[in-house]
Amino acid sequence: MLELRGIHKSYEHQPLLRGISFTVARDQTLCLLGPSGSGKSTVLQLIAGLDSPEAGQVLWDGRDLADTPPHLRDFGLVFQDYALFPHLDVFGNVAFGPQIRGWSRRDVDARVAEVLDLVNLEGFERRAVTDLSGGEQQRVALARALAPRPRLLMFDEPLGALDRALREQLLDELRAVLSRTRIPSLYVTHDQAEAFKIGDRVALLHDGRIVREGAPTEIWARPGSPWAAEFLGLGNVLAGRIVAGKRRIKTDLGVFSLGCSHDHRAGEPVHVLVRPTPAPRGALVTSTVRDVVFQQVGYRVVLANGLYFDAAKPPKKRERLSVRLQLECLGRDSRG
Amino acid sequence: MTLPAVSGFVSQGPRRTPGHLPGSIRKVGLWILPLSFLAIFFFLPLARILAFTLDLETLSVSNLQVALGTLGFTFFQAVLSTLLTLALGIPAAILFAHYSFPGKALLRALTAVPFMLPAVVVAAGFSALLGPRGWLNLALIRLFDLAGPPIAFTGTLGAILVAHVFYNTTIVIRLVGGALSSLDPRLGQTAACLGADTRQVWWRVVLPLLRPSLMAAVLLVFLFDFTSFGVILLLGGPSFSTLEVQIYIQALQLLDLPLAALLSLIQLLCTIGFSILYTRIASRSRIQTAPRSMAVNLRMPSSVGERLFAGPMALLLSLLFVLPLLALPLRSVSRLEADRGQRAAIGVGLTTDYYAELFVNRQGSVFYVPPVTAAANSLVYASATVALSLLMGFPAASALARPGRLERILDPILILPLGASAVTLGLGFILAFGRWLASPWMVPLAHTLVALPFVIRTLQPALATLPQRLRQAAASLGASPFRSWQVVDWPILRRATLSAAGFAFTISLGEFGATSLLSRPEYPTIPVAIYRFLSQPGGLNYGQAMAMATLLMALTTACILLIEKLRLPGAAEF
Repeated sequence: MLELRGIHKSYEHQPLLRGISFTVARDQTLCLLGPSGSGKSTVLQLIAGLDSPEAGQVLWDGRDLADTPPHLRDFGLVFQDYALFPHLDVFGNVAFGPQIRGWSRRDVDARVAEVLDLVNLEGFERRAVTDLSGGEQQRVALARALAPRPRLLMFDEPLGALDRALREQLLDELRAVLSRTRIPSLYVTHDQAEAFKIGDRVALLHDGRIVREGAPTEIWARPGSPWAAEFLGLGNVLAGRIVAGKRRIKTDLGVFSLGCSHDHRAGEPVHVLVRPTPAPRGALVTSTVRDVVFQQVGYRVVLANGLYFDAAKPPKKRERLSVRLQLECLGRDSRG
Repeated sequence: MTLPAVSGFVSQGPRRTPGHLPGSIRKVGLWILPLSFLAIFFFLPLARILAFTLDLETLSVSNLQVALGTLGFTFFQAVLSTLLTLALGIPAAILFAHYSFPGKALLRALTAVPFMLPAVVVAAGFSALLGPRGWLNLALIRLFDLAGPPIAFTGTLGAILVAHVFYNTTIVIRLVGGALSSLDPRLGQTAACLGADTRQVWWRVVLPLLRPSLMAAVLLVFLFDFTSFGVILLLGGPSFSTLEVQIYIQALQLLDLPLAALLSLIQLLCTIGFSILYTRIASRSRIQTAPRSMAVNLRMPSSVGERLFAGPMALLLSLLFVLPLLALPLRSVSRLEADRGQRAAIGVGLTTDYYAELFVNRQGSVFYVPPVTAAANSLVYASATVALSLLMGFPAASALARPGRLERILDPILILPLGASAVTLGLGFILAFGRWLASPWMVPLAHTLVALPFVIRTLQPALATLPQRLRQAAASLGASPFRSWQVVDWPILRRATLSAAGFAFTISLGEFGATSLLSRPEYPTIPVAIYRFLSQPGGLNYGQAMAMATLLMALTTACILLIEKLRLPGAAEF
């Protein structure tokens, strides 16, 4: 089991990671989700031992890895641009780990065939890696990481360089491979759809801290902060203040009643999430239609007051309409 | 990255219908001048050398023995020099590719300076530092009151080797360091994660990927060490005769022209062989490395091991590259010993005597003219070389800029003079134009031959990138052909032309190999004067050699700075 405890790291004298802690349990894929520049890749570098933290520990099964060099950690790492060895063919790339570990020739051959089969590249052994397509290169990179049977797999935005359709397909394949091999994995991405699809658990990295961690459904249901709700694209985020009566909030768009169980003081600044799905018991919003955008399922209606919601049938532009939308308080912490 | 864009543009340049008559006639016209020049001043002399060697008397046993012995020593010193250059160059390449440290840019620039410096200046610099009249020996004599210089440097194999390392380390730094810093750091990281320790990462990933650039560097360094002349003649002395030095000695001192011709032929065959090998490897290394941001790989040395490597390495490089270049100008203004054999106490201190003496035509001095005339000669020769090489280079480069079938055949022929050593060129001139050697024109003609490949290679990319569309646009806006040339072409060509002129000027100023065979005693150039001063006894002669060499160093440095300032982004370095 991998555990990070209070990791601190600076980049060019600016604090980048400010106390990161999380665990990756057996049979589990943890997805580290955060915007570009949030230090996700640095976390992987620290775990791999390619860089060392200024404070905090990386532990495996409770043992501190500080004195274990990268080549003895037994963690596989897959980069976005694959980092295939250009001077070796597919076999040479995939066999690299087993060969370095001194496996017998027969074991190496068998293992290479096995993992190439696993990533649907059987028979590719003698191909030059420079001749492969992006998707094939990514599969080789995965096979290479899998070959020495690492105790942890790490992915650094592995699908970032691929186009959308291929990304979807490879993501499905990767899910299948991970669930088949049962190797604990840490997957880094900035794409929330990818994260929710691949991760058993998702950790949100923001401002050098893990701001939220949980199963995809939990995070979807309770993002926990205005920043998370906006980053995940869960809906409209409004700022307001609690007015007397304590269950009502005053925003630029009007006064709404809140359906949360927090204990709010009057005058307290609060952020609310307005989910785009119309809800029969939600707050009533009235405005004119500014824009209607077709989405594969239904339409996104943007109102003149800035709010948006999803509708099955498109209203007319500049039409005035009322809709009931659910308001959720995003917790007391308004720092984001 | 501008380079791929530029080369992409070149390869897709405007297509012309093959056999289109006016175009081909124009092209043949472009070729007439440069090709006739090469035919008369390169191929004719080469043919004369060949004719001499085909004579059965030339191929005598004793001649072959000399040739074989010389070839053996040439190889020996070149291999040794190359190994030493690698021993310093590879760590230096790692230092520059992986670490950032204060003063790095300056140190990097410093390591590149010797490459452009004339051999005589380098030899004079090491002489000023370590020679019998150099700083170190004179200081030791004074300190310990010794009878003679305690350190024997000049006249040893060591001197040759050190000078070669000084000259060529920059090649390793540029080629290997360049490949190293463009190497994706993730490859090494991936290998480490797959279980490879530092040694295995180097052997199994880094070195295989560096091999093309490493091979290219080795061959290039070897080629320069193999054909080195001035440094060996000035620092090693006649006892260390490589092919080059032996040609010079046989032709000029022993007047055995057939043997000199035989040696030249051997020299020529070797260099052409190495050059072909180098071109092959160089073209392969270009495909291999995918360029990526260099900053990714850079870091300050942090661990104890890194500091222990980076600190001493940077210090060693600074000492090697600063001391000889500093010793020379300082020595030229310092009186440290008696000027001529006087035993009396002498005033040690600063002096401008050596410079003043350059203007005096002394009875019994090495020259019939005031030494400063050599400087004037050099400047005249260099200007003539600039004019001649631009005259030949422009038409050739214009034709090469839009290559057709003819150009692909002619291109390597134009570069051939690079393969022939300067001494061989000089010997060829002697054999072919013996009667006209009294003419001072022979020297700039030989210099033009040496400079022409550089001039063409500098002009060609600029001419190739001339935007046809802009010229058409200018024409469509009503500009006359001259006006559109003035507005569109000239601003682009100006830099390249100045740069090419700078190359030709620098090459001519420092050229020693051909000049040493061709120059008449009454028309010495600066390098020839330095050589003559250095080979004469006496403190005054030595001081004048230092003064002359300092002058040449200043002139050359000014030219290098000019060229660097004008360098087109993405222009090839070697």
